[in-house]
Amino acid sequence: MGTFISGVPDLMEWGLRGPALSSRRASTLRFVAVAGFLVLWSMASGIVVVMKLFNPIFLPGPWVVIGKVVEMGVKGQLWAHVGATMERVAVGFTTGAVLALLLGIVAGHVRVVRNVVEPIIELLRPIPPLAVLPLFIVWIGIGETSKVGFITYATFFPMFLTTVHAVRQIDPLLVRAAQSLGAGSLQVFRLIILPAALPEILTGVRLGVALSFFVIVISEFIGAEHGLGYLINDGRNFFLVPQMLGAAIVLGLLGYTGNALVRLLERRLLRWQSPS
Amino acid sequence: MTRALAVLAALLVWAAFTYVNARAEFVNPVLLPTPLQVAQVGWATARSGELVWHVATSLGRVAEGFGMAAVAAVALGLLAGLCVPIRHMLEPVIEFIRPIPPLAFLPMFLVWFGLGEASKIAFIGYTTFFPMFIAVAASVLRVDVMLLRAAASLGASRADLIRRVVLPAAMPGIIVALRVGFGLALFVIVGAEFMGADAGLGHFIMEGRTFFNPAQIVMGALLLGALGSLMNALLVAAERRVLRGGAR
Amino acid sequence: MSRAPLKIQIQKVTKTFARDARSAPAVVDFDLDVAERELLCILGPSGCGKSTLLNIVAGFIQPTSGTVLVDGRPVTGPGAERGVVFQEYVLFPWLTVAGNVEFGPLLQGVAAEERRRTAARYLELVGLAPHAHKFPVQLSGGMKQRVAIARALANNPAIILMDEPFGALDAQTREVLQDELSRIQRVEHKTILFITHSIREAVYLADRVVVMTSAPGRIKRVFDIELPEVRDRFTREFTEYESEITRMVKEEVAKVHE
Repeated sequence: MGTFISGVPDLMEWGLRGPALSSRRASTLRFVAVAGFLVLWSMASGIVVVMKLFNPIFLPGPWVVIGKVVEMGVKGQLWAHVGATMERVAVGFTTGAVLALLLGIVAGHVRVVRNVVEPIIELLRPIPPLAVLPLFIVWIGIGETSKVGFITYATFFPMFLTTVHAVRQIDPLLVRAAQSLGAGSLQVFRLIILPAALPEILTGVRLGVALSFFVIVISEFIGAEHGLGYLINDGRNFFLVPQMLGAAIVLGLLGYTGNALVRLLERRLLRWQSPS
Repeated sequence: MTRALAVLAALLVWAAFTYVNARAEFVNPVLLPTPLQVAQVGWATARSGELVWHVATSLGRVAEGFGMAAVAAVALGLLAGLCVPIRHMLEPVIEFIRPIPPLAFLPMFLVWFGLGEASKIAFIGYTTFFPMFIAVAASVLRVDVMLLRAAASLGASRADLIRRVVLPAAMPGIIVALRVGFGLALFVIVGAEFMGADAGLGHFIMEGRTFFNPAQIVMGALLLGALGSLMNALLVAAERRVLRGGAR
Repeated sequence: MSRAPLKIQIQKVTKTFARDARSAPAVVDFDLDVAERELLCILGPSGCGKSTLLNIVAGFIQPTSGTVLVDGRPVTGPGAERGVVFQEYVLFPWLTVAGNVEFGPLLQGVAAEERRRTAARYLELVGLAPHAHKFPVQLSGGMKQRVAIARALANNPAIILMDEPFGALDAQTREVLQDELSRIQRVEHKTILFITHSIREAVYLADRVVVMTSAPGRIKRVFDIELPEVRDRFTREFTEYESEITRMVKEEVAKVHE
């Protein structure tokens, strides 16, 4: 055990987290960790070759994968696929978000709407969206529309639910404070309820972005000619593992960027939460 | 209770919608199955034992994949939570892997493990491992320093602190992590069974597309929804039992 | 000043927190002796470092310089001889009331039957015997604090450190618990170091009151409270102590607001 688990004095002062690291130390540690991971990966694929454990195409080293991505990027084919995926995600997510936010705000605020919409939501909520994908395909075919529609459907529910919750959980005292300063209903809605609900709404949006990337892959496995998902699945035919891993990593990067963008938006719109 | 009423209301809306369409034929009625048609599919497949077979297969895969991942996630999560150097080493790597949608690796698993059970189980294991691992480690890290201080001022040694404070304090979070992980497994198993499977609810649903039988798709989807709700309710009840009054 | 042997000796303790290296230290060159069986109150404006001081004596944080001696031996970390009662109670939510009180003896390896008896005795002392099988989440603030006191006492520490223990409670409950603490001290005779905001509370409970300056914290003045063991909050002598100390504390508070 020794130094692996913090001693009592450190536990007393810092708890389980340990002392905060200086940013330099933290960056160095990060670098070492990532480098270490790449080294281990390389070693693993090397061992496979040397010891003839199994066919080496099943575990290409990190450089092979990165090389493949770079190659596809330079040759230009990568961008067509990235574009296809991004377009579907962008359109599908935006549609889902707009619908979820509009309907969610109205449903959160107006009881009648909520009562009407709630039953349908309650019926559909427990069903994993993936289960409904084949239905979209049957209804709309294998084209772009069904993929985009599917993303809209999948992202709608969580964003709708968080929006409704955000609007409803507002501290009634805030509303009372505004009313005692003379605010009318519309003003209360515009100046109090919307800003107060915004943080949670944006959290829901961030989840929606993550979810779109989560589900786009599967719809691109089935009946697609372009897209990162297509690239991944297509690689199956000829065991093009570097292509499969490479496309997955690119997808991860895109998802990460999407998330970062929403966080940036959050910081912009929610400056009041953490002014510096 | 109001939830049940809501579901009932939704079913009525669905029935009304589809019956009107069946009469007026706005859309090919096959595309919009009525509740009765869906029930008929359900009944037929239940009688032939097919439905049970698919449900059992899916649940079996989930159980095995989730089971392995849960054990690994709790063990490694505790380790990462307790051991600061290991956490610092793993954190950046996990940050890299996290944004990659697990389903993106499904074809990889099919390549690695072939089309049989192993690939599905391994995939479920992979998918559920990371979120559970992260959540378990987070539960450990969240343990309030004040609890540690209180125990130390009563004479606790480091081993005492870990055994008698950190573990009980992290337990509620760990159990929630497992419950969420299980939900994730159910979420993802369908997708995994769309490709390269010849049994399981996902396959059953996909069959509905292949044979142009939307009623089967709807049946499968509803069943999945019901199954998920049931499992979640059971887990929540079990959670409450395990944590008695003591949680947080 | 004190005829009894010295239980706690705080010697030239200074604490600067690493995170804000440019700001003033929390506590500077603090010197204080606490006699055995004494109840000593530390009073001061917000942010004057009194909690930091208590945490150092408790062994939760290390001083930047200086030492704390208990029974002549330096303090290196927390220990069972220095029990702590926190402002936020910090009961273990997964244990019952009895489980919480038995925790210290459990760590010492005391047998189950004897643990139960000890816990029962101290729960009786704080008036919570009927609630032994409840969980903390079912208790009111005042009750939780009483459990915390029982838990600290059940471990039989020579010293009890209390960090604004009644701060989170309403005025009535506060006074009730002050009475109880006073009563318990008459029975148990522990050495108690008690941090508070409330001058009234300090005069009611303490043998001596230490008034701290605003940050960085030093001793401004030490008052010997020459009142009987059982005190009446409404006597002239009591009120005189209150006024004098209040004047002193107000001077320091004014400095904070400058």
